[in-house]
Amino acid sequence: MSELIYEKSRPGRITVTLDELDVKQVDFSEDLLRQTPLRLPQIAEIDLVRHYIELSRNAFGVDNGFYPLGSCTMKYNPRLNEECAALEGFTQIHPLQPISTVQGALRAMELLSESLCEITGMNAFTLQPSAGAHGEFTGMLMIHAYHAHRNDLKRTKVIVPDSAHGTNPASAAMAGYQVISVASNSEGGVDLDALKELLNDEVAALMLTNPNTLGLFDPNIEEISRLVHAAGGLVYYDGANLNAIMGIARPGDMGFDVVHLNLHKTFSTPHGGGGPGSGPVGCKSSLISYLPQGSLIKHNGEFSFVTNTPESIGRMRSFYGNFLTNIRALTYILSLGSDGLKDTSLQAVLNANYMMAGLADLYPVSYPGPCMHEFVVSLQKLKDETGVSAKDISKALLDFGIHPPTMYFPSIVHEALMIEPTETESKETLDHAINVLRELHALAYRNPEEILNAPTTTPIRRVDDVLAARHPILKYNFE
Amino acid sequence: MASYTVNTLAQQQAMLEKIGAESLDSLFTAVPDSLKLQRPLNLPLGKSEFAVAKKMKELASLNEVFSVILRGAGSEKHYIPSVVRQLSGREEFVTAYTPYQSELSQGILQTIFEFQTGICELTGMDASNASVYDGASAVAEAVNMTIDRKRTVVLLPDNLHPHTLTTVKTYTHWSNIELKTIKTLNGRIDVASLKEALSETSACLVIQNPNFYGLIENVSELSAVVHAAGAKVIVSSNPMTLGVLKSPREAGADIAVGEAQPLGMSMAFGGPYLGYMATVTELVRRLPGRIVGQSLDLDGKRAFTLTLQAREQHIRREKASSSICSNQAHCALIAGMYLAAMGPVGLREVAIQSSSKAHYLAEQLASIGFKLRYDGPFFHEFVTDGPLTSVTVENALHKRGILSGLPLGKNGMLWCCTETVSKHDIDRTILILKEVLA
Repeated sequence: MSELIYEKSRPGRITVTLDELDVKQVDFSEDLLRQTPLRLPQIAEIDLVRHYIELSRNAFGVDNGFYPLGSCTMKYNPRLNEECAALEGFTQIHPLQPISTVQGALRAMELLSESLCEITGMNAFTLQPSAGAHGEFTGMLMIHAYHAHRNDLKRTKVIVPDSAHGTNPASAAMAGYQVISVASNSEGGVDLDALKELLNDEVAALMLTNPNTLGLFDPNIEEISRLVHAAGGLVYYDGANLNAIMGIARPGDMGFDVVHLNLHKTFSTPHGGGGPGSGPVGCKSSLISYLPQGSLIKHNGEFSFVTNTPESIGRMRSFYGNFLTNIRALTYILSLGSDGLKDTSLQAVLNANYMMAGLADLYPVSYPGPCMHEFVVSLQKLKDETGVSAKDISKALLDFGIHPPTMYFPSIVHEALMIEPTETESKETLDHAINVLRELHALAYRNPEEILNAPTTTPIRRVDDVLAARHPILKYNFE
Repeated sequence: MASYTVNTLAQQQAMLEKIGAESLDSLFTAVPDSLKLQRPLNLPLGKSEFAVAKKMKELASLNEVFSVILRGAGSEKHYIPSVVRQLSGREEFVTAYTPYQSELSQGILQTIFEFQTGICELTGMDASNASVYDGASAVAEAVNMTIDRKRTVVLLPDNLHPHTLTTVKTYTHWSNIELKTIKTLNGRIDVASLKEALSETSACLVIQNPNFYGLIENVSELSAVVHAAGAKVIVSSNPMTLGVLKSPREAGADIAVGEAQPLGMSMAFGGPYLGYMATVTELVRRLPGRIVGQSLDLDGKRAFTLTLQAREQHIRREKASSSICSNQAHCALIAGMYLAAMGPVGLREVAIQSSSKAHYLAEQLASIGFKLRYDGPFFHEFVTDGPLTSVTVENALHKRGILSGLPLGKNGMLWCCTETVSKHDIDRTILILKEVLA
């Protein structure tokens, strides 16, 4: 692999110089000062550039190739978003500037919030949460505050389907709830009987992803909301999969009380190698007073922050969230508009169903019927018959320049691969991926060794993850 | 209308035939009719790229960009080298997902490993995670790391950034954690109050250093007191200051966290920023979030991979200590790049210049009647009181394109200097204020 920038360091090399200090240099007493030398890289600019270009060659983004990573919605990230987020009027403003000097920023935040309200059928949004899980935590805190404010203190449990993303139970637990799991039925939805059995006056909420992590829209969603509400609980919407239903159906109309969205999924902001994302949270009118601090009001044509929010849960981080990420999402919404957003969902669902149709005879889908924006196949049979696992097929895809689907999730499907092509991929790309997956399936029976050895064309071969965990090396060893 | 979908109508038709579906709508049979939106979304129709760019530029132009910024309080204007701005925008970095597939993601993983190394160098710690949302949430996450069955009380001085305080309160509201406020004396943590508050149930003390008022705390002394009571020390630092100041580890911290926005990120109205978290070996397995580790591939070549994942939500679900999944990876990449571009000499120079200019501004303000509220040592931020109301100061400087210090109440102001402020800017500031005073 590439040398570390720390290994390339040579004492005395410099990239950036500052102007000469034009005032008297400050003098601190010895006991305040760093005692050991700071071993940061010393490197010339050209070597710095070559280092990062080399690293970028060993990275793979949506701009490099097909990325059907289920539940992550790896769609194209429009260049216009980047250009708008780089405008000086957005990047060079201090978060605590006088309110009259940031009216454009507040207007942009308000426009985005209003748009998200309309898309989801909610009444208000906060843009503060920085990622999906942060949004979940925010939403669960709001739900907890709601019940507490009504003095309904015996509600200590949150129901989460067994197919849910791990962040759901983790966020509910952070908000002080005990998590109970509800089983999926044979169609991949929430098992209504199991749900009824769990519902009582101790349940604070049900957290649900719809379409769920199997890529299926739960046809019983109205009944599910009705049951939870009848038991005095609230229904939380994990918006990871909103890309399937924009302009078609809205969480608010399905009975959800609180939602979070992933702007880095549905609304095309880039993932940046793991973040920053943005996880705005929306709610119905009954929960508005619990939103984090920083809600906007408009008075005489000027925006400002609401200051008196005694029932607010507080704040989830400093300032107003990942502002530039939110600017990108707003750019996207303005670009596509009501017509484009709906078309986005239609095409996302079309692409997923097309891929599913091209693969289902070899890669069985656990649940029948059309899927939404993604689908989950099981490779259990393939593994039983050839020894080639979901992981092995994934690694083999790397040699074809295709990013693998999400592996081993949801855990209720054995040897799962979760495939989400997104709407921004062409039929040609999908056909190629279908062909590759079909060829790999044949190869698994013909010569499984070849797949077990993959990848062979990547900068490195398979990594020893056990070694990494047993003997953690988490930083460069200077000695 | 802009469109990022690609398939032609003829292709869509062919795809529907392959699926065996009649129409796009027929793919949505699972959605009950009663739930189908019977109208278009009440949003404007899509616009051309030109029209959207124009609209966004209009919004940006409604914001005022100050040429001189004397305000910090958690967001600072530092110079960002063009090499950092340009290289961090490489599409392979920007459009990549979390590096779950190591073989295809060595570049991303290595940038995080280098970031972790840089943070460990700055803080003196043994291990760093791959980032959390921001500095305030980093403190909240760090607090969680120190709690056990016996020790559940968290000591918080009132000179933390107010957003940090509120975030910690919000994060811990429904937990068994008890928050206890520690008094400050002359702007700094009062050792007597600290001693009084410590007990066998104390889990940790959080120290912001330099604190919200810019003052340098005596971390070594505080750490000794806290450790004597068997509790842990969390130090939240602006990493820029660590180019000069004693590292958190040297001063006795068990966990070092902070807001790393000064390392190459623009102020951007508050985000995206970068929370960093680092700790000693004994506490590594309590760190939340992703961590990159070094390993070997099948051929024995050095390789990087996400590691120690047994701590995380996708494995532990409700038993995980944090739900964090997506973090601020691209900001971590920027910070790693910034540290490499500045190097030890450059980072030290940024810190020295920021601090020196703040001291010059303080002197000059004092010379025209502003009173320094605290007399302890400060780094690059400080508080003044009077002789003008903070609104008067803010308005007078605003008219000349200068963003003043942050108003703290009626007469107080929290000032900040970075290397981007010149002596000329400061002299001009003083001149303007003199005019107001006269």
